Amino acid sequence: MTATPTIGTETEKNYLNHQHGLKSWLLTEDHKRIALLYLLSITFFFFLGGLMAVLIRLELATPAGDLVESNTYNKLFTMHGVLMIFFFLIPSIPAVLGNFLIPLMIGAKDLAFPKINLLSWYIYILGGIFTVYVLIVGGVDTGWTFYTPLSTSYSNGYVIATGLGIFIAGFSSILTGLNFIVTVHRMRAPGMTWFRLPLFVWAHYATSLIQILGTPVVAVTLFLLVLERGFHIGFFDPAYGGDPVLYQHLFWFYSHPAVYIMILPSMGVVSEVISTFTQKKPFGYTFIAFSSVAIAVFGFLVWGHHLYVSSQSAYAGMVFSLLSYIVAIPSAIKVFNWTTTMYKGSVRMTTPMLYALGFIGLFTIGGLTGLFLASLGMDVHLTDTYFVVAHFHYVMVGGAVMGYLAGIHFWWPKMFGRMYPESWSRLSAIIIFLGFNLTFFPQFLLGYMGMPRRYHVYPPEFQVFNVLSSAGASVLGFGFVIPFVYLTWSLFYGEKAPANPWGATGLEWTTQSPPTYDNFAVTPVVTQEAYQYSTEEVAHVG
Amino acid sequence: MASTAAVPTFLKHHFESADQQKGASGIGMWLFLVTEIMFFGGLFLAYFVYRQAYPAAFASASSKLNLPLGAANTVVLICSSLTMAMAVHSAALGKQKLIIFYLIATLFLGGAFLGVKAYEYHDKWEHHEIPGENFDCETCADPGHAPLFFSLYFAMTGLHAMHMIIGVFIIFFLIQQAAKGAYTAKWSTPVEMFGLYWHFVDIVWIFLFPLLYLIDRVPGK
Amino acid sequence: MEPKSFQLFPEQASTFAPTVDALYAYLVLVSAFFSLLIAVLVVYFAVKYRKRSADDPIPAPIDEHSTGGMILEIVWSAIPLGLSMIMFGWGASLFFTESRPPADAMEIYVTGKQWMWKIQHMEGNREINELHIPVNRNIKLTMTSEDVLHDFFVPAFRTKSDVLPGRYTTEWFRATKPGKYHIFCAEYCGTKHSGMIGYVYVMEQAQYDQWLAGGMGQGTLAEQGAQMFTSLGCVTCHTSDANGRCPNLKGIYGTMVALQGGAKVKADDAYIRESILYPEAKVVEGYQPIMPTFKGLVTEDGLVKLIEYVKSIGPKPGSTTAAPSAAPAKAPAAGSMSAAAAAAQSHE
Repeated sequence: MTATPTIGTETEKNYLNHQHGLKSWLLTEDHKRIALLYLLSITFFFFLGGLMAVLIRLELATPAGDLVESNTYNKLFTMHGVLMIFFFLIPSIPAVLGNFLIPLMIGAKDLAFPKINLLSWYIYILGGIFTVYVLIVGGVDTGWTFYTPLSTSYSNGYVIATGLGIFIAGFSSILTGLNFIVTVHRMRAPGMTWFRLPLFVWAHYATSLIQILGTPVVAVTLFLLVLERGFHIGFFDPAYGGDPVLYQHLFWFYSHPAVYIMILPSMGVVSEVISTFTQKKPFGYTFIAFSSVAIAVFGFLVWGHHLYVSSQSAYAGMVFSLLSYIVAIPSAIKVFNWTTTMYKGSVRMTTPMLYALGFIGLFTIGGLTGLFLASLGMDVHLTDTYFVVAHFHYVMVGGAVMGYLAGIHFWWPKMFGRMYPESWSRLSAIIIFLGFNLTFFPQFLLGYMGMPRRYHVYPPEFQVFNVLSSAGASVLGFGFVIPFVYLTWSLFYGEKAPANPWGATGLEWTTQSPPTYDNFAVTPVVTQEAYQYSTEEVAHVG
Repeated sequence: MASTAAVPTFLKHHFESADQQKGASGIGMWLFLVTEIMFFGGLFLAYFVYRQAYPAAFASASSKLNLPLGAANTVVLICSSLTMAMAVHSAALGKQKLIIFYLIATLFLGGAFLGVKAYEYHDKWEHHEIPGENFDCETCADPGHAPLFFSLYFAMTGLHAMHMIIGVFIIFFLIQQAAKGAYTAKWSTPVEMFGLYWHFVDIVWIFLFPLLYLIDRVPGK
Repeated sequence: MEPKSFQLFPEQASTFAPTVDALYAYLVLVSAFFSLLIAVLVVYFAVKYRKRSADDPIPAPIDEHSTGGMILEIVWSAIPLGLSMIMFGWGASLFFTESRPPADAMEIYVTGKQWMWKIQHMEGNREINELHIPVNRNIKLTMTSEDVLHDFFVPAFRTKSDVLPGRYTTEWFRATKPGKYHIFCAEYCGTKHSGMIGYVYVMEQAQYDQWLAGGMGQGTLAEQGAQMFTSLGCVTCHTSDANGRCPNLKGIYGTMVALQGGAKVKADDAYIRESILYPEAKVVEGYQPIMPTFKGLVTEDGLVKLIEYVKSIGPKPGSTTAAPSAAPAKAPAAGSMSAAAAAAQSHE
């Protein structure tokens, strides 16, 4: 954070110039500073994971395996998955925006456990160090799912170090979730009742439930995996009496809900952004709030839809299929409510709004294609093909990353007290949207044609769509670099941001930009519901 | 609202009142225990799946465990829960010396448990009942699957013992703080929270003991 | 028929293909409708209600608690729920057909191994990365793996199933169009995963019989199994005239076997396999656990042969007694099968 001393004026005290020096950052207990530590680290892992994606798409531009060897290719997609899921997507919105905003939104000075908050960042970094170590010494080639017995007995990669890295990073996620739940329960300002909470907070509350209930299960699963890999003692390897399908059940018990850890916070961001840029209270506030909790609860009951063809009982498959359709309904409710919010609103197409609307479109496609995969007879054909790859990228990039970018652009003025160049940011939002669709839409078609995922070399009839996809990836990759450049630029040269540039409601916008160390000089008293817009607050960018 | 009364030293800057702080700690600790349940839950699930799959192997391998030692350890651990509860009670009353006395008693009992456990592990090593290359259990039924029982035994009791070891370190810390007079009738949250943790670890053992030592034990074998 | 260089849909070459494609069409229609609906509404609202000047009034919030708001919420929950229940029911019924091989299916054994497919036909023919089958016949694959997870995927047939070490999984289909179709391994299996591919050759019956005749020589699987039964020494104990130390395997296949401790187990492929590799796991009532393990001595291919042998001396289909009856086996169209293989095939 070398840039920080230049931010904010000399006269105005804020959390950035509250204290100086590296030590004041590394030992900070301020939720806002910890959020920035996370921002810096996840950005690093995002571009590292992105680099792997670029190499993967380059390789797949031709059917032959002519850029890298099979082994290298397998390591690339494994590391891409591990970095993006465990070190970017899962921490992304909660650890950066959630950390920064939840105390501000509920009128608190900090999270309930500031020391634990800092600890969770260090744990995350420790997990990251393990993963970067693996990357340097030679990688791992099991796929991010670590299916046994490939991972335990046949892989020639660094399974133990990777497993430990994720195991460790998991505790960071658990502690963040725990901190959020306690904070929302105990730290709300007077008058901030549950149904006055911003929807962003509701979404994070639901996310935290998944983090604390799901993550320990994947932690113990990886613990057993590491033991098995190290000592071959039979938990999951049939050669010793173990059951590889049990591994899959335990793994997906967390890793399916983990998708909701990634998408729910994005939904929270989108609710805030759409409300602000239509100047309307989100339609169906209570439905959106409860649908978040419903997704978190039902999300725990559908993991078996990853195992339809794994030799799981057909009856189990049927139950999981039915429940998967049930969990789709709350998501549909949200999309309809957001769309209706725009009706007769006062719509401003700012950058955050562009990303939020992009989210709605892409998440709708991502969600609807999930219905294909939830259907048993359809999934038998589609599972383990590029259709699945396209589907989860629509949800995780089209959904989670678009939401993350919407949020970063929305709260950037609050976080750093600077505005970014709006024309550049709108342009890059459009480039990302187009590049994304060009990259991943062809993969739906590839999947139905039958191209399996994780293929280094593929038959020539799949080439046309692969070339389109690779072309899209280069646009997308370029699109992601632009925000990085102008956001960094804005830290030094951006126009100074007012306290509430968007005419938004919410306690975070009543503080100065950037906020002071203590957030609020006097604890605010809340007297009305969220999203009560009034004319005098509308100012500046429009 | 910021109170005009003197702010107690134990109150952190971001809390409004001692009540709020204590409530936060309580919820936080209970949530942590929930994550612990889920953590052990994965192991219990694996145990049930494999016991169902290989009942003969599990029944006979289970009888290789040392029942008297396991039973003794159960008693030791239940007693340590009692002394821990007494420590929490003393802390709530602000009785400095009693806190230290009961914490030391808990430490002693916890140490005894770990000592017995270490002896049992050593015994397994001597008898080649540790899964892996040197595993050799001639009297086990279904020797092809017997190692799985011992794998689970070591993973479950090992993880439990790891929790005990962490607990022992925390007791050392608490004794040190208690000696400084840190815990008063007004504020003894750490002792109280640690009490929850210690009871949780005991309860895990209460489940482990019958599942590993008692179930399907074949008399006389 | 060689695969074309460019295509949008895979060939429809099995009875599943048209039904899966029909479900796909329904899903695409529903998805396209809702995607377009949302896209059109978002764009329309964004243009129509755009903020025109700085002093536009704050829009009045819509009261979601009004009857109208409540009705909207119910409608847009109920319609997607209804449409998705159709997806569920349709998909589930399709899946039940796909996961239950018909009784008259012709059996073929598949063993996956890093990174190849090994196929054993009942008649004794073996092939690698190629599977020759007759058109318009129900084919059931019984599959296992020697190492890691694999998945036998034929896009033209719209079906796949994981192949696991240590157990048997099945997959069935009925090819409807002669031709050459891709086999892919769809479950990531290590370095050369993308090289674990092959072709299914769907042939007319006559050509298939011709192909079959060209590859025999070692005898049927059951016959090969009988040889192993002797060479491994199983025959010295597991016979009718033995001293009663081992259960007689004649007529045991498919029956319920009483175990020590009172449990019962069906003597199917999985149980025979387990009894060879882990003889002490499920000991038959009245016998001592004296059998040594054959783990490491018998390969996956060999296990299949032994199972086929046990099947061949098993009860004929339809009979309830353990003794072999004279009930005639339903003779399949292929004329070149031995009686044992035919009996095994029409079993279940």
